[in-house]
Amino acid sequence: MKKSKLWSLGLFLLLALSVVLAACSADEGTTEEPTETNEETTDGTTTEETEEAVPQTLVFGRGGDSVSLDPAIVTDGESFKVTENIYETLLNFGEQDTTVNPGLAKDWEVSEDGLTYTFHLQEGVKFHDGTDFNAEAVVKNVERWKGGAEEQFYYFHSMFKAEGEDIIASVEATDDLTVVFTLSRPQAPFLKNIAMSPFGIASPTAFEAAGESFGDNPVGTGPFKFVEWKRNDSITVAKNEEYWQEGLPKLDTIIFRAIPDNSARLNALMTGEIDLADGINPSDASTVESNADLQLIERPSMNVGYLGLTNTRPPFDNKLVRQAVNYAIDKQAIVDAFFQGRAEVAVNPMPPSIGGYNEEIAGYEYNPEKAKKLLAEAGYDGSEIELWAMPVPRPYMPDGQKVAEAIQKNLSDVGIPSKIVTFEWATYLEKAKNGEADAFLLGWTGDNGDADNFIYTLLDKDTIGSNNYAYYSSDEVHELLIAAQSEIDEEKRADLYKQAQEIIHEDAPWVPLAHSIPLLAGKKGVTGYLPHPTGSESLVNVSME
Amino acid sequence: MLRYIGKRILHLIPVLLGMTFIVFLIIRAIPGDPAQVILGQQATEEATKALREKLGLDQPWYIQYFDYLKGLLTGDLGESLRTRQPISTEVWPYLAATIELAIFAMIIAVVIGMNAGIISAWFQNSWFDYIAMVIALIGVSMPIFWLGLMEQWTFSLELKWLPTSGREEVRDPVQAITHFYLIDTLIHGRIDQFWVTIKHLILPGVALATIPMAIIARMTRSSMLEVLRSDYIRTARAKGQRMGKVVYKHALKNALIPIITIIGLQTGLLLGGAILTETIFSWPGIGRYIYEAIGFRDYTVIQSGILIVAFMFVMINLVVDILYSAIDSRIKYN
Repeated sequence: MKKSKLWSLGLFLLLALSVVLAACSADEGTTEEPTETNEETTDGTTTEETEEAVPQTLVFGRGGDSVSLDPAIVTDGESFKVTENIYETLLNFGEQDTTVNPGLAKDWEVSEDGLTYTFHLQEGVKFHDGTDFNAEAVVKNVERWKGGAEEQFYYFHSMFKAEGEDIIASVEATDDLTVVFTLSRPQAPFLKNIAMSPFGIASPTAFEAAGESFGDNPVGTGPFKFVEWKRNDSITVAKNEEYWQEGLPKLDTIIFRAIPDNSARLNALMTGEIDLADGINPSDASTVESNADLQLIERPSMNVGYLGLTNTRPPFDNKLVRQAVNYAIDKQAIVDAFFQGRAEVAVNPMPPSIGGYNEEIAGYEYNPEKAKKLLAEAGYDGSEIELWAMPVPRPYMPDGQKVAEAIQKNLSDVGIPSKIVTFEWATYLEKAKNGEADAFLLGWTGDNGDADNFIYTLLDKDTIGSNNYAYYSSDEVHELLIAAQSEIDEEKRADLYKQAQEIIHEDAPWVPLAHSIPLLAGKKGVTGYLPHPTGSESLVNVSME
Repeated sequence: MLRYIGKRILHLIPVLLGMTFIVFLIIRAIPGDPAQVILGQQATEEATKALREKLGLDQPWYIQYFDYLKGLLTGDLGESLRTRQPISTEVWPYLAATIELAIFAMIIAVVIGMNAGIISAWFQNSWFDYIAMVIALIGVSMPIFWLGLMEQWTFSLELKWLPTSGREEVRDPVQAITHFYLIDTLIHGRIDQFWVTIKHLILPGVALATIPMAIIARMTRSSMLEVLRSDYIRTARAKGQRMGKVVYKHALKNALIPIITIIGLQTGLLLGGAILTETIFSWPGIGRYIYEAIGFRDYTVIQSGILIVAFMFVMINLVVDILYSAIDSRIKYN
């Protein structure tokens, strides 16, 4: 009796709960009453006031905190997002591409042999601490990077060192506003490299005084000054009143807030606690688009998501099997289902926006029959493979687990049984790097928009043990890539990369899957925000309306 | 009594030592190389090797362990491998954030949970008893992730009463002194900010309180039921005492021992930081600090972070034991 009473009560409660939930989900589509009058602000500003009345504060919600605010020592995007606004580089990338534009250097000359670069600096620029920006300051920065150990100044070493020797042989100030870089050998993407975030020019006075703790008290020449850092919570920067470009920046304050959960970040955007949110799931794009107060923002794509096939492990040590897998996977279906169509199907190991992309390669079409034929020809025995799926969403692959499931189905259709495995992210990378995976999902976002940063970094035999997770080794490709590194003639250089892509297409070390379009969302009032393909950008032109 | 406390604290030393050793070994059993993780996907073999040397990770594990212990004995918790900051200074803001939230959540859990349990026991088998216990059952088994998002959706998006996440309104930041924002805002005489801080505490506080509240309610109920059946309660009732007074004065005191134990354990758990709550509500607490350190293989932060949490846990246990003798004078420590 007692028991049955309790049961019925429990059932009743469950029913009540489900009714409430049903009611909630029923009116999901409706927003609050339409606000057609200008009652936007709660602090009683009227419509007649100019746009000055809108506080010029931007709260930028993102997935994680920065590691350090010294751009020279970090490698993570969340650090560069902030340092891009505190520091400036000698050259800038274009607003939404990787063309080279003036930055702290007004103009520059390159010698015929490609070994001498002369930069003429912008005059009247000061660091936030009052130190003058001049040729001497540039020299001190470069010397700091050159003198540091590889594990400290990682990006400098990866871009400007080769086989342990300095590509920048010397750097000198010939007068107050002229800096001359002398290279030990020609480097085709030299100017693009100089424009990268890690090479933001820091105040020599500040970094000499601060030593290891410089990253906590960053000083640059940028449009914003560092104010405060609450670790794992928020970083605040404020307008640099003495900024050298007239009328800029437009914002008074930027607050970078770390909100790790994607859904919670979108919620914070909808309540107005933040003004801009990155890392929007493709599946949430429609929610943003249907909200009248929000805008969906696309970051130009400069990445590749792929299925790596470890070339040293059977069955993928056989080229025919690798080609078969390329035919077996329905890439378009994957892009439609898991990228919500916000990606283009990949053919080559780099996106089409990169110079030297080979447009003549058609790519492997979805053709299970052909795949089966190739497998038979290869004498594949039907043994099970491990299919590795990434545990975290990345800009180049929002949902690795689901993509893996689709691939698993594609593979079993042609007779390749596979087991999906996953590890925690750091472990995943470590094991893949050691060549322990059969087939693994991974991807790459470009640093500088140069072909070298995709093809050499990911597929040269030199990079086995670092980023060449597929253990692909081709002497032919290697020769082309090394030649391309020091080829200054753009045409010839592009041609070398096109040849390399043909060989790679034939050898099929990967299945290139997609070039995704990473999504952000912002309040309607956020204007002038142009996300950069590299993943971090200066917010100097952004304002609130 | 003082001697007892001194003895107990001495006993802590081998416990904590054993714990550091176990944690040390477990961490190193995780695959993945801190140097690799710090340098990111692009790093070369030489760079990671050099960083390993710099961080002393190329030493045999027992040497690393003894170095760490040597540091501990001089009060040095080590440096974070990733940020290169001394952990003793780095950890405080995280710890303060966690303690503030945990205390707030525990107050909710104890006040509501104990009263629900007492009333359920008092009116056993009434509708209140049934409903309270069903809610407690749901509370214990509630997935916090879902609860947190539902709270945000209901109270922030639909009703617009409360903020979704964080500790403060970032456009009007709190000037941190103690890093307990409720105290800091009062020091600055910012009553408005004080209320904003309270508002930020409510959603994560409720989410965090759900499970302990349910456990405390059930524990209180069963403990009270036992006491209410005893002879002296009947005697007290026979003497014509009001039931309310009997329940809240005589019975509760005797039922408190198991309840206090549970409250102590739950508080210790919350102080370990609640990774799910802290993630959903972007609360910069010690749970996320340690969790992210695991992701980055920041060995020293994981070791010292867990050590700090463990230390708090055993201290709370000690406080609970001392409370026993304060509540029940038959319990004596000599």
